[in-house]
Amino acid sequence: MADLAIKPNTQLDLLETTIDQPLVTGIPTYHSVTESVSSIVEDRPTRFWFILLAATSSVMLMLFVMLGYLVATGIGVWGNNIPIAWAWDITNFVWWIGIGHAGTLISAILFLLRQRWRTAINRAAEAMTLFAVACAAIYPVFHTGRPWRAVYWLLPYPNTMQMWLNFRSPLEWDVFAVSTYGTVSLLFWYVGLLPDLATIRDRAVGLRRQIYGFFSLGWRGSANHWKHYELAYLVLAGLSTPLVLSVHSIVSFDFATSILPGWHTTIFPPYFVAGAVFSGFGMVLTLLIITRKALNLEHLITLKHIDYMCKVMLATSMIVGYSYATEYFIAWFSAVDGERFAFYNRITGPYAWAAWSMILCNVVAPLPLWWKAVRANITLVFIITIFVNIGMWFERFVIIAISLHRDFLPSSWEYFHPTYVDICTFIGSMGLFLTLYLLFIKFVPMIAIAEVKGAIAQDIEKGAHH
Amino acid sequence: MATTTADTHDMIPADAQGRPYAVAATFDSTSDLLSAIRSVRKKGYRKLDALTPFPVHGIDEALGESRSKLGYLIAAAAVVGILAAQFLQWWTAAVDYPLIIGGKPFYAVEFSIPITFELMVLLASFAAVFGMLAFNGLPRFNHPVFNYSNYSRATDDGFVLVVERDGNHFEPSAIVELLNGLGGKNTEVVHEDA
Repeated sequence: MADLAIKPNTQLDLLETTIDQPLVTGIPTYHSVTESVSSIVEDRPTRFWFILLAATSSVMLMLFVMLGYLVATGIGVWGNNIPIAWAWDITNFVWWIGIGHAGTLISAILFLLRQRWRTAINRAAEAMTLFAVACAAIYPVFHTGRPWRAVYWLLPYPNTMQMWLNFRSPLEWDVFAVSTYGTVSLLFWYVGLLPDLATIRDRAVGLRRQIYGFFSLGWRGSANHWKHYELAYLVLAGLSTPLVLSVHSIVSFDFATSILPGWHTTIFPPYFVAGAVFSGFGMVLTLLIITRKALNLEHLITLKHIDYMCKVMLATSMIVGYSYATEYFIAWFSAVDGERFAFYNRITGPYAWAAWSMILCNVVAPLPLWWKAVRANITLVFIITIFVNIGMWFERFVIIAISLHRDFLPSSWEYFHPTYVDICTFIGSMGLFLTLYLLFIKFVPMIAIAEVKGAIAQDIEKGAHH
Repeated sequence: MATTTADTHDMIPADAQGRPYAVAATFDSTSDLLSAIRSVRKKGYRKLDALTPFPVHGIDEALGESRSKLGYLIAAAAVVGILAAQFLQWWTAAVDYPLIIGGKPFYAVEFSIPITFELMVLLASFAAVFGMLAFNGLPRFNHPVFNYSNYSRATDDGFVLVVERDGNHFEPSAIVELLNGLGGKNTEVVHEDA
């Protein structure tokens, strides 16, 4: 690459990567990148990994028991009831979908913006997207009570009842948005994986070679392969960029197109998207900080990556905080009694503790990230990401439960109490997420080997030749 | 591994392998590979392939490859997605099963946009991924280049140049000499499966 058109940039890139924190620390070679990523997949799983897996899969088992109990009994085992017809189920759905947004943002938008630093973290973030979407899908599907019948009212197909779906409903748009998002994220992730699975295949023997050979589809790394591959990847990134923005916009339509005070606002789509990116980066940072330490990947996922992700988190935190302020301003400015009451009640009513927790976690807790020293302190960053994860859950709970709990007739006012099934299902979904993540880091190259090599090729070859 | 030469294939029993498919050599850097490709093309060899661990910038120009035509397929799929979504929403709600809900029109452009967008993205993505696989002839689990003894470096840190048999006129020893002269390592004749 060194001798081609991009030569003028080489100097700049070297400056960028040597003066500040480098993208890959140490003196990397192509082979050392292959080694450090492949060895995670190839080494025998440690005892620690097995202990973690046993713990998370036990929690996951609790999810399955709870879902089985729900299906056998009915959705009355959840605490939601009129007027709070949507409670933890939809809160958890939106929370998980939001977490999924960082993966596609990193893989698609940062790819189009030519942000080379994404290469070390995009694979893991995309995997988190897939697992988060899987966790999210549990809630609407099981909210139907009889999930195997959900297909009747979720998907358009010619049926003996001669009925069709109501495409005027944003809930139906949501079905298309979330299923498209899940499918396209899976394709994007798998396409990115192909060359790396081939790398693992070529290092393996016996059954492993057969399995990785099967999943790499016979990838050869031929110039012709790469030609079509690069175009396909670029187009997928281009398609995913508006897609990721559309998904949470459409999720927000579920609320915004209703006439409930607290929901019926035009700020919701951008506000939800910013919140989703915020919570997604929070979760990606939480898990990557643990992963890079546990797997000794500090030379590939460097302080620079953490610094950049903190900056994205800080920026989206500002947008979220600004949106909160706008909601209050508009409630006051509209001079609509119902609207004013909804927002006054939000911070002073029986759920004030939830609203203030949300503001503390999402607006105040990330403020220290303005200081570079804080962004370079892994422990502090980790603590802040935990605040963000909690805060963004509260945001959805605040929007959903507080808006619903004061119905139009005071006789219908209610206070929501989650049942143990609500709580165990939510904790169980985290078990599912973490179990899938643990399996992912052990069986799939968790850093995009080919992409990292491409990103550092100029530096490597410049070093080798001079 | 010692650098092997043209006589490698003589050491393996001739009946175990098929006819020669290509001559392959490994280079250590993208720039070595690109300059080797240019030199080999200057000598008149046209059926070339390169196996690289990551996409090498400028390799298509060096190999004389045209741009990928995959974009046309994706664009067509996107149009099909738009039309299918519009037809689905209009025909089911306004023709086959008209139902008054909240006094809203049976069909309107405005509320049809989200699903139209999603279906366009979905079908275009299918076209991008499955079109890419089809254009590349994948999945294909056996290929003569896998017989190259140094193949595994092509997905690790080696840049392999493959000069393929072009018709019946194929003189492996001349190509081996040429590639060795250009700095190729592990140069050898790669055979098809017997």
